[in-house]
Amino acid sequence: MKKYKFVYCDPFKCVGCGICEYVCSLKHEGGFGAAYSRIRAVRIYPNRNVAIACVMCEDPPCVKACPRDALSQAEDGRILVDEEKCTGCGLCVEACDFGAITLHPKRRTPITCDLCDGTPLCIDACPEDALELTTRDLRAGLKRLKAAQELTR
Amino acid sequence: MTKHFDESFAKKWLGATGFGIKLLIDSHEPRIGEYDPANPLIFTTGPFVGTMVPCSSKFGVFAKSPLSGLLGEAYSSSFWGVELKRAGYDALVIRGKADKPIYLYIEDEDVAFMDASHLWGKTTWETEEIIRDDLRDYDVRVTSIGPAGENLVRYACIINDRYRAAGRTGLGAVMGSKNLKAIAVKGSGLIEVAKPDELLEYCLELYRRFQGPATSKYRTLGTPANVLILNTAAAMPTRNYREAIFDKALQVSGETLNERFVTKIQACSSCPMRCEHIAEVTEGKYKDAKVRVEYESLWALGPYCGVGELDAVIKAIELCDLYGLDTLSTGVSIGYAMECSMRGLIGEKTSEGYKLEFGNADAMISLIHDIAFRRGLGRILAEGVKRTSEIIGAKDFAMHVKGVEMTGYDVRGLKTAALGYAVSRRGAHHQTHGAYGPDLSGKVDRFKAEKGRGKLVKDSEDLYVIYDSLTLCKFTRGAWKGLEEIAYVYSLVTGFESSAKDLLRSAERINNLARIYNLREGLTWRDDTLPPRIMKDPIPEGPAKGSKLTPEELKLLVQDDYEARGWDERGIPTRSKLEELGLEEYLPVLEAEIREVK
Repeated sequence: MKKYKFVYCDPFKCVGCGICEYVCSLKHEGGFGAAYSRIRAVRIYPNRNVAIACVMCEDPPCVKACPRDALSQAEDGRILVDEEKCTGCGLCVEACDFGAITLHPKRRTPITCDLCDGTPLCIDACPEDALELTTRDLRAGLKRLKAAQELTR
Repeated sequence: MTKHFDESFAKKWLGATGFGIKLLIDSHEPRIGEYDPANPLIFTTGPFVGTMVPCSSKFGVFAKSPLSGLLGEAYSSSFWGVELKRAGYDALVIRGKADKPIYLYIEDEDVAFMDASHLWGKTTWETEEIIRDDLRDYDVRVTSIGPAGENLVRYACIINDRYRAAGRTGLGAVMGSKNLKAIAVKGSGLIEVAKPDELLEYCLELYRRFQGPATSKYRTLGTPANVLILNTAAAMPTRNYREAIFDKALQVSGETLNERFVTKIQACSSCPMRCEHIAEVTEGKYKDAKVRVEYESLWALGPYCGVGELDAVIKAIELCDLYGLDTLSTGVSIGYAMECSMRGLIGEKTSEGYKLEFGNADAMISLIHDIAFRRGLGRILAEGVKRTSEIIGAKDFAMHVKGVEMTGYDVRGLKTAALGYAVSRRGAHHQTHGAYGPDLSGKVDRFKAEKGRGKLVKDSEDLYVIYDSLTLCKFTRGAWKGLEEIAYVYSLVTGFESSAKDLLRSAERINNLARIYNLREGLTWRDDTLPPRIMKDPIPEGPAKGSKLTPEELKLLVQDDYEARGWDERGIPTRSKLEELGLEEYLPVLEAEIREVK
């Protein structure tokens, strides 16, 4: 049974500070830079904020889009990149509905959330507790609870 | 042309403030005009910018100021400075003047001058959006001027990331004088630090601490909490400093703002505290006005003009941001005009026909348009309070220091702050010294002018130069475990061994260089003063009733400051002080000035 975990951002809590990007790029690349981060904070002016990372699709379009089968999905949902096969064509970028897969600024091959081997650093660092490691089933349970609260008020 | 800073430069000048002042003094011939193409417009970052060090995403802007003719210096925050750093630049020096409107587009090592004729006349927000659309790049960060900068309003500012302003000393006008509409930046660099693992661990701990009690004011009510705090202390300049208590303070308080208008509190890059209060007006005459609100802007366009309708104040702040006007100087200029009108010194109507009087929000808003486009009375007011008062011949209640308009603390009853304002290197400002702190906290007797305040102001000026150079938000100041901790983080980032003493030494050097620059550009000890009203008209009511700063008190305070600085009685750094700070190369500059003052 697929129960992929992914990093979810609550847009009502997110303040757009980008600390998730700072720690992600540090952990993965040893330095700081949003373009190196697997999670990206986006602000829509005046005041909407959200961080976007790979949602570990059940049937990932990025994998399907790759003409050279350079992408595959691991058992836990992570997208794996075969650097040998990848030509950096960017069709995976086009296929993703979230902009959650990007090309590494220097290597020019895809980078995307790898869940930091189970305990994402961004979640730990987020000062607003806006990020959590969750699954679609858990999200649905929460949504149901909220709906039930409304319905029974 | 790209130049590299070497390690000794980095150590000696620390960051944004030091880099800016050093580059400024070395980049232009003495006594040029503010709109001379040779006046360099300088943008600087510091060593923490672009790293995860909390609340460190500021940048500085420097040029010779159109308001003071002296050091022009302003800071802004959010994302633009971070992007400049990612593009690989610690500083940007822009000289010359374009024949037609242009904007600068920087993407890493590629730098291009782009046509901006279609942007000329646009507001700052429109400019950001159009540039993103033109470039088809929604990650690009933009800083720009609005119509006020184009029209050389002497207190035009530079706006970035929509709600952030390099506000003071008129640097938007310098940008306008160069026909430079905007700077768009995109950087793909990886910013590396000396000790990444230690820095990560340390910053995560700082993030937690920065959400503690020391910063709660900024995270909850925000700086507009000051409205009621200062009003209670009779320290909120009201109606052009005629009063220090605003009868409608509750209506424009931080409490009311948060309850009725704030829709989101968001953050600058790398900030775990978040303080950016976004206010939105949802009904009435000013419906749809949306802008970030801070105490100073609210004060200038509220109590200072006698305006007690908060929705009108929000609208006025929004207009200033759109036009690229410094909210502080704008409010103080309008407050001045209102008093002039009251006294029959100028025509009573704005160009839209509103009667110019304290409390008339329509007149205030109408004048903002007039100033930005230099229409009617705005033609004179765009010159700033100092020049306006010279034209009208009413200097006694023209509230400025060195040509830079006053800010929201009534220094008649805050005498340490009074000294801070009098000697501030960039004219009237609270953020070069923060000397209202000891006055308001009761650490000193705020109604007393006495020896010792000079050292207090000197020390806080040096401390604030460390904050500004390292681009640390001053809202964090209560959360650090002292300067040693900042020095430790500086070491983790740069790899340079450093201590509080080292940082303070650099800061003192930077403040002395600023003094040298100002002296070179024509400053004398006579300019280290305060508006006549501060010395003539006492605070009329409340707990500060009767308080004013006499000329004798001012003299005592300023001399005490000079002494604490190691300057002579005319405020000129001594030879031994310069040698001690490693500023010998500027001795010739000073010797010329010494002769001139004699």
